[in-house]
Amino acid sequence: MANTINLTLKVWRQKSSDSPGAFEIYQAHDIDTDLSFLEMLDVVNINLEKNGKEPIAFDHDCREGICGCCGAMINGQAHGPEHGTTLCQLHVRKFRDGDTLVIEPWRSRAFPVVRDLIVDRSAFDRIIQAGGYVTVRTGSAPEAHSLPVPKIDADEAFDSAACIGCGACVAACPNASAVLFVGAKISHLALLPQGRVERERRARAMVERMDLEGFGNCSNHYECEAACPKEISVRNIARLNREFFRAFVKG
Amino acid sequence: MTLDSKVPGGPVSEKWTRHKFDMKLVNPANKRKFTVIVVGTGLAGASAAASLSELGYQVKAFCLQDSPRRAHSIAAQGGINAAKNYQNDGDSVYRLFYDTVKGGDYRSREANVYRLAELSVNIIDQCVAQGVPFAREYGGMLDNRSFGGAQVSRTFYARGQTGQQLLLGAYSALCKEIAAGGVKMFPRREMLDLVVVGGRARGIVVRNMVDGSIESHAGDAVILATGGYGNVFYLSTNAKPCNVTATWRAARKGALFANPCFTQIHPTCIPVHGDCQSKLTLMSESLRNDGRIWVPNKSGDKRPPGQIPEQERDYYLERKYPSFGNLVPRDVASRNAKEVCDKGRGVGSTGMAVYLDFRDSIQRLGRSTIEARYGNLFQMYEKIVDDDPYQVPMMIYPAIHYTMGGLWVDYNLMSNLPGLHVLGEANFSDHGANRLGASALMQGLADGYFVIPYTLGHYFASNRLDPVKAEAPEFKEAEQSARQRIQKFLSLKGKKTVDEFHRDLGLLLWDKCGMSRNQAGLEEALRKIPEIREEFSKNLVVNGSADSLNQSLEKAGRVADFLEFAELLVLDALERKESCGGHFREESQTEEGEALRDDVNFCHVSAWEWAGEGKKPILHKEPLVFDEVHLAQRSYK
Ligand SMILES: Cc1cc2nc3c(=O)[nH]c(=O)nc-3n(C[C@H](O)[C@H](O)[C@H](O)COP(=O)(O)OP(=O)(O)OC[C@H]3O[C@@H](n4cnc5c(N)ncnc54)[C@H](O)[C@@H]3O)c2cc1C
Ligand code: FES
Repeated sequence: MANTINLTLKVWRQKSSDSPGAFEIYQAHDIDTDLSFLEMLDVVNINLEKNGKEPIAFDHDCREGICGCCGAMINGQAHGPEHGTTLCQLHVRKFRDGDTLVIEPWRSRAFPVVRDLIVDRSAFDRIIQAGGYVTVRTGSAPEAHSLPVPKIDADEAFDSAACIGCGACVAACPNASAVLFVGAKISHLALLPQGRVERERRARAMVERMDLEGFGNCSNHYECEAACPKEISVRNIARLNREFFRAFVKG
Repeated sequence: MTLDSKVPGGPVSEKWTRHKFDMKLVNPANKRKFTVIVVGTGLAGASAAASLSELGYQVKAFCLQDSPRRAHSIAAQGGINAAKNYQNDGDSVYRLFYDTVKGGDYRSREANVYRLAELSVNIIDQCVAQGVPFAREYGGMLDNRSFGGAQVSRTFYARGQTGQQLLLGAYSALCKEIAAGGVKMFPRREMLDLVVVGGRARGIVVRNMVDGSIESHAGDAVILATGGYGNVFYLSTNAKPCNVTATWRAARKGALFANPCFTQIHPTCIPVHGDCQSKLTLMSESLRNDGRIWVPNKSGDKRPPGQIPEQERDYYLERKYPSFGNLVPRDVASRNAKEVCDKGRGVGSTGMAVYLDFRDSIQRLGRSTIEARYGNLFQMYEKIVDDDPYQVPMMIYPAIHYTMGGLWVDYNLMSNLPGLHVLGEANFSDHGANRLGASALMQGLADGYFVIPYTLGHYFASNRLDPVKAEAPEFKEAEQSARQRIQKFLSLKGKKTVDEFHRDLGLLLWDKCGMSRNQAGLEEALRKIPEIREEFSKNLVVNGSADSLNQSLEKAGRVADFLEFAELLVLDALERKESCGGHFREESQTEEGEALRDDVNFCHVSAWEWAGEGKKPILHKEPLVFDEVHLAQRSYK
C-alpha cells in the first residue's frame, strides 16, 4: 500500500503580469508520497478543474531536472527543501503529514510574473545573446582532435556548463543578482581554448547586459550556490570577476 | 500519387557529394529576400535556424517553451554517434551506415542513412568548436563509449547530459544569430496550423501562449522540427509538451505521414509506480555497458535481490545473445524484458520490472569509476525511487521513448507538399523500424547543420515563388478554424479533464499497440479510439479563457490531435502484418520468438494521406531498394 499524507498549500495566484495577485489556500488530501511535487500539483489541479476553477499555472517540461523550466519558492526556499534538486525532482516523501507549504513564483524585478507560478526569464536569453557563444559558423570547424583540451579543463568547463538556466540563483539572492548564471557561462567558455579568443568581449558584453536587465549586485551571500539544483559553484563568480577585470584592463 | 524519393544516382558513397554539386545555389545577395519559418528549436530546429541565418536567409523561429534552451532534446543523456574511429576499433562511415540500416531492421532508405553516417564526423567537429564540453581522456582527446546495436565504441558523450550540452551548443549558435538580426525568435508560440497557398507551404498559424492571440506568419518555406509523438501513449520518457499537433496539422493539409506505427520502446526506464504518475524516466542505455540485466530463475521468487544466489539468477540477454549480451538493440532488449515479466519472473512490487545490476562492475572497476561514468543517473534514480543503486540493483522496465515514424520526406528532407521541410524526430527518414542509441542527436544535427542549408537553397533556386502575405485568405481561414476549435473546447463544460482523456488513450495504446501487437487487439483499439474521441468532444472540461495563459486549453488541442492521430498509428500497425524492429506483430515471429520480417510484402515505407474526417486514409507505398546492404534476418546471437 502506498503511503499517503495531507498537505495544506498556500499558492500565489495571479492572472497576468498586470493584475494583482494573492495567496489562495488548497487542501491536498491523500497524496501518495511517491509522487513528485509537480504530480501533487497535477492532482490538485484536476480537482480544481472539476470544480469549475482554473488550475494553478506552473512551468514544467522535462520533469527530469534538466530543462530548467520548473521552479517555485516553497516556504521561502527556491525549488524547496532538498539540496541540489529541481522542483520536478522533489518528492512528496520529503514532507510530513499536515505540513503547510507556501508556494510562490520567483520574485525578482528582472523576472516579471506571467501567471501564477510562471515568470518571464527572457532576460537570461538576452544575456546569452549578448555574448554567451563562440563565434563559429556552421561548416568552419577544424577537426575535433586538432586541439587537445586537458581533461581537467574539459571537466571544469562541464561543471559550469551544467547550469540549466532555471533562475533559482536569482530568486534565492537577497539582491536578485544573476552573477552565478552569468559567471557559469563565462567560465564554461573561458576554460576552453575554443572560447578564449573572444573572452574579453564576451565578459564585457554579458555583464553590461546583465546590469541593463535590472539584476542586482552580488554582495557575497552565496545563497545562489545553496539554492542551485545543479550545485554550480560560486567559484564561477570569482572567475566572472577575473574575466571582467581582465577585459577592463585590456580596454 | 507516386512518391519520388529524389535519391540521386551513382554509388551510395558519392551520392551526397555529387548532389551537393548538382543542386542549384541562391546568389548570396538574394538570400536575404527569402523568409524561412522554422517551427521547433530543439537540436534539429535550432541548428537549422542558426545555419540558415548564417547563410543570409531571414529566419523566424518558434517554440513552445519560454526559451529555446529548454526543448525536449535537452533531456538526451547517453551520447551521440560519429564514425570518427578514434578508438581504432574498426569503425568507418560504412560501418555506421551498415549498423544503422541493420539496426533499423531494413526499413530505412539507404541513401539517407549513408549521408547521415558521412555527416556524423562533421557534427563532432562543429560541436567541439562551439565549446561543447565532451568527455575527454587524460591526453586531451575525446573519449568514447559503446552503445546498443554496435560492436565498436563510437559514442561521444558529456557525462549523462549529452543532449543538454549539444542543445546548449545549438542554442548558443541560435543566440549568436538572434543577436546578429538574422533570426527572430518567437518563444511560447504553439503552431496550430500549416498554411498552404497555391499548393505550397507558405506559412503557419500560431497561438501566443501568454496572451492567447492567434497570429499568422508567412514565408517562403516552412521547416517543421517539432519532435516526436511518443506522448500519444500518455506515459513516455518524452517531455510533457511533446506533441503531434504540428505534424498532424500538416498531414491534414496534405503532407503524408510515414510509418506511424514505428515507435520505439526503450528497455531501461524506471517502472511505473502509480495512477497519478505523469511521466516515465529513462535510465540511459549506456548503463547497459556496465550493468547486467537479470531476473530470478523461478517465477514468483520474492526474495530481495541480494539473497538470490548466483546460480538462481537468469542473465537472460547474456544467455540468449552471447555475442551482444546486454548490448542488444533496444527492441530486442525490451521484448525480452516483457517476455520474462509475462512469465511471472518480473521483480518489484508490481512484478513488471527486471534488475539492472552493477555489483560486478563495481567490484571490477571500483565505485569511483562507476560514479564518474553514471553518477548523475544513479542520483536521479535514487531521487525518484528512494533506493541506492550502488547497494541494490536498479529496477527497470521498457517505456515508450522515441518515434521513428513521422512526416514523409524525400532525400532533400522536403515532404510531398512543396516548401514543407521536416527535420529531426519529426520526419521518418533514417531509422527504419528501430533507432539505434545515440543516433537521434546525430540525425537532428545532421539535418539542421549540414543538410537543410544545402537543400533549401536548391528549392528556392529551382522554383518561382510568388510573394505571399499573412493577410491572404488562406491565413484568415486557418486562423478562423483555430479559433473555432479553441471556442469548442472552452464551451463543452463537461466533467472529465484533458489529462484523464489522455490517460485513457495512452492505456489503450500501450495495451493494444505497445510492445507487441496482434490483429484482434489492433481492431479493438480501432473501435475504441473513436469512442474516446466522441466522449472527448462532449464531456471535456477546460476552464478559463482563450485570451490568457491557459495550460489546460493548450493540452486540449494536443490531446484532440493525438486522438485523431492514434487511429492512423493503429491502422498502420494493423496493415503492416510483418514484424520488424520495434513493430512486433505476434502473428509474425521466428520459432525463437524473434521478429520475423516479410520482405516480399512489406519492404516499403507506408505513407498515409489524410482523406478527410471520417474517411479511411489512403496508403501510398515507397518501395525500399537495398543495393549495398544485403537484406538478412537480423541476428545478435
Ligand atoms: C530521456 C531521453 C533520452 C534520450 N537520449 C538520447 C541519446 O542519448 N542519444 C540520442 O541520440 N538520442 C536520445 N534521445 C532522443 C533525442 O533526444 C530526440 O529524438 C531528439 O532530441 C529530438 O530532437 P528534435 O530537434 O527533433 O526535437 P525536440 O528536441 O523534441 O524539439 C522539438 C521542438 O519543437 C517545438 N514544438 C513542438 N511542437 C510545437 C508546436 N506545435 N508549435 C511550436 N513549436 C513546437 C518544441 O518547443 C521544441 O522546440 C533521447 C530521448 C529521451 C526522451
Ligand atoms: S521540468 Fe525540467 S527541470 Fe523541472
